[in-house]
Amino acid sequence: MAASVETVDRLRELESQKYRYGFITDIEADTAPKGLSEDIVRFISAKKAEPAWLLDWRLKAYRRWLEMPEPDWARVKFPPLDYQDAYYYSAPKSPEDRPKSLDEVDPKLLETYEKLGIPLREQEQLAGVAVDAVFDSVSVATTFKKNLEAVGVIFCPISEAVQNHPELVRKYLGSVVPAGDNKHACLNSAVFTDGSFVYIPKGVRCPMELSTYFRINAQNTGQFERTLIVADEGSYVSYLEGCTAPMRDENQLHAAVVELVALDDAEIKYSTVQNWYPGDENGVGGIYNFVTKRGACRGRNSKISWTQVETGSAITWKYPSCILQGDNSVGEFYSIAITNNCQQADTGTKMIHLGKNTRSRIVAKGISAGRSQSTYRGLVRMGAKADGARNHTQCDSLLVGDRCGAHTVPYIESKNRGAIVEHEATTSRISEDQLFYCRQRGMSEEDAVALVVNGFCREVLQQLPMEFAVEAQKLVGISLEGSVG
Amino acid sequence: MLEIKNLHATVDGKEILRGIDLKIDAGEVHAVMGPNGSGKSTLSYVLTGREGYEVTEGEVLYQGKNLLDLAPEERAGEGIFLAFQYPVAIPGVPTTTFLKEALNSVRRYRGEKTVDALQFVKLLREKTKQLGFSDDLLKRAVNVGFSGGEKKRNEALQMAVLDPQLAILDETDSGLDIDALRVVSESVNLLRKPENAFLVITHYQRLLDHIVPDRVHVLANGRIVHSGGKELAFELEKNGYADYVGAAA
Repeated sequence: MAASVETVDRLRELESQKYRYGFITDIEADTAPKGLSEDIVRFISAKKAEPAWLLDWRLKAYRRWLEMPEPDWARVKFPPLDYQDAYYYSAPKSPEDRPKSLDEVDPKLLETYEKLGIPLREQEQLAGVAVDAVFDSVSVATTFKKNLEAVGVIFCPISEAVQNHPELVRKYLGSVVPAGDNKHACLNSAVFTDGSFVYIPKGVRCPMELSTYFRINAQNTGQFERTLIVADEGSYVSYLEGCTAPMRDENQLHAAVVELVALDDAEIKYSTVQNWYPGDENGVGGIYNFVTKRGACRGRNSKISWTQVETGSAITWKYPSCILQGDNSVGEFYSIAITNNCQQADTGTKMIHLGKNTRSRIVAKGISAGRSQSTYRGLVRMGAKADGARNHTQCDSLLVGDRCGAHTVPYIESKNRGAIVEHEATTSRISEDQLFYCRQRGMSEEDAVALVVNGFCREVLQQLPMEFAVEAQKLVGISLEGSVG
Repeated sequence: MLEIKNLHATVDGKEILRGIDLKIDAGEVHAVMGPNGSGKSTLSYVLTGREGYEVTEGEVLYQGKNLLDLAPEERAGEGIFLAFQYPVAIPGVPTTTFLKEALNSVRRYRGEKTVDALQFVKLLREKTKQLGFSDDLLKRAVNVGFSGGEKKRNEALQMAVLDPQLAILDETDSGLDIDALRVVSESVNLLRKPENAFLVITHYQRLLDHIVPDRVHVLANGRIVHSGGKELAFELEKNGYADYVGAAA
């Protein structure tokens, strides 16, 4: 087949490069040795049989990364990261290493799956149980793939896209989040190993919601996931990332990058439910979720909406943003960020209005409980040419208990006299009256808190695609466990 | 069913209930009347277990159990319902969702089977029809933007759905016009049966025209100073509380 001949050629090319640049690490190894170096970057690129232009791109990013200072302006505290104390590439677990059945999986994890109402088959998948190749998951994914191919939608791992659709990847990769954007995006550019690539052709409404669950090649938990979604003129896609099930990883730092590009009259709906391991009650051992997500509404009348439910991670640091270039383009950001115990979150969005009559809507709900700290940080920028632009921001904080904190840091910059920016904010506590009312009707205090909080978050929950919405509601309740009394 | 013996309770360090004795049997409707500050609402909150109300002496037996040992949700599970004087609003939570959660919590406590969404909608329609209410309250968030009458109707509906053993109505008639008063009273009367009992707390006699009590008690300065039949209510309306307040002091 043409593909494998190309791959072989590329490997030969790399082999020669190997000697030219003194590439040392044994390519036969399944896992890269611990630590980060130019060598490791080359190793990753070679393992994925990447073309020269991509290796080059990675190396440029890596060298830039070495020069960049650590950002420290957010309202989050953590000890300095030891970048050498991690593995930047590890092969997927072989069937022998995986649990043989759910009996071998941590019972606490299973308990959470039960509470979230996750069906048994999905539980097995999530827990990494070795699934018989002949079984369901392959055939489900195959049918799925057939439907997409029929309309010309490309949905595959990004490493596959580099091989099969290099022109598309090369055109858009780094065009929304350039490597030098920030230190963590820079690292991602150097060492990303996995992620999704989506291309929706002109005029196509993607027939189903795309979910990372269906990407069967996703066996590594993506610590440096790189996702690129391109919606061509007049197209539509709804993409779901993450899952409500708690995800663990030996690697602490998760620095993903997501780039979205919407051309004329196109629309991208991107939903995330994140429940990464938050660490123990004292915040030890949790994951750091430092993500850069940005959507470019390049085309006229284009639209990008971000919906997120963030309940996990020891530290969440992310600002899914929209650059509203095309006239009449629309950006939306709906967010629920819940922090409990010792979690920290500094999250929000940036809406950059460049085109005329652009509109943005922000609805951010922050809930803090335990001893956690949650900060909403938002930027609304109206460019000089953004005539008729309009933004509405509503950010509400809810405090549960009296040892947590909620903070709001809004930035409003406007260079256009006619642009309108509206900002509303509320801070409240769950009232005793509300809790007593629920308890007098038979609900436990925790159920009462979950009910009141779900009511608080309703506007955002309604934005989620159905499958996510039901699980997300349950997840909201679970995240607040132990926050009362 | 309910036996209150020498109940003393304080709120914010101030003693409000000073030795209440009261006995209610199944099938009975008792009215408690009294001037402002006599402790009427305090009594209802102590019986339902609200935080901030401390029992300093006495006991309350409910169907033989020590009621004061139970948490508010447990008391609800045991069949106690309070129709609030000022029902609180819960934004973003539809009335149907709230009620379904409540019903299932109570059922779980009793070891009964819970209802799913479809079964619940059916049950709810039945009850609203029985009470003669319209559906429009159901989709709205609990008590958000409800008028006084709508809030009391909502309390009555919740009572119908939860079907309690002992329903405490805390000044149900406050803030109601005559028609709304009749509607709410009718729903209470529809729910009355030999197995349950009602404790109606009110200022004014007029509610008792519609919900006819078996016994009327006068609460003054934290004590029940006089009890009688339904005629006592008329007497109070005519003469006021002065005679009884004097006796309590």
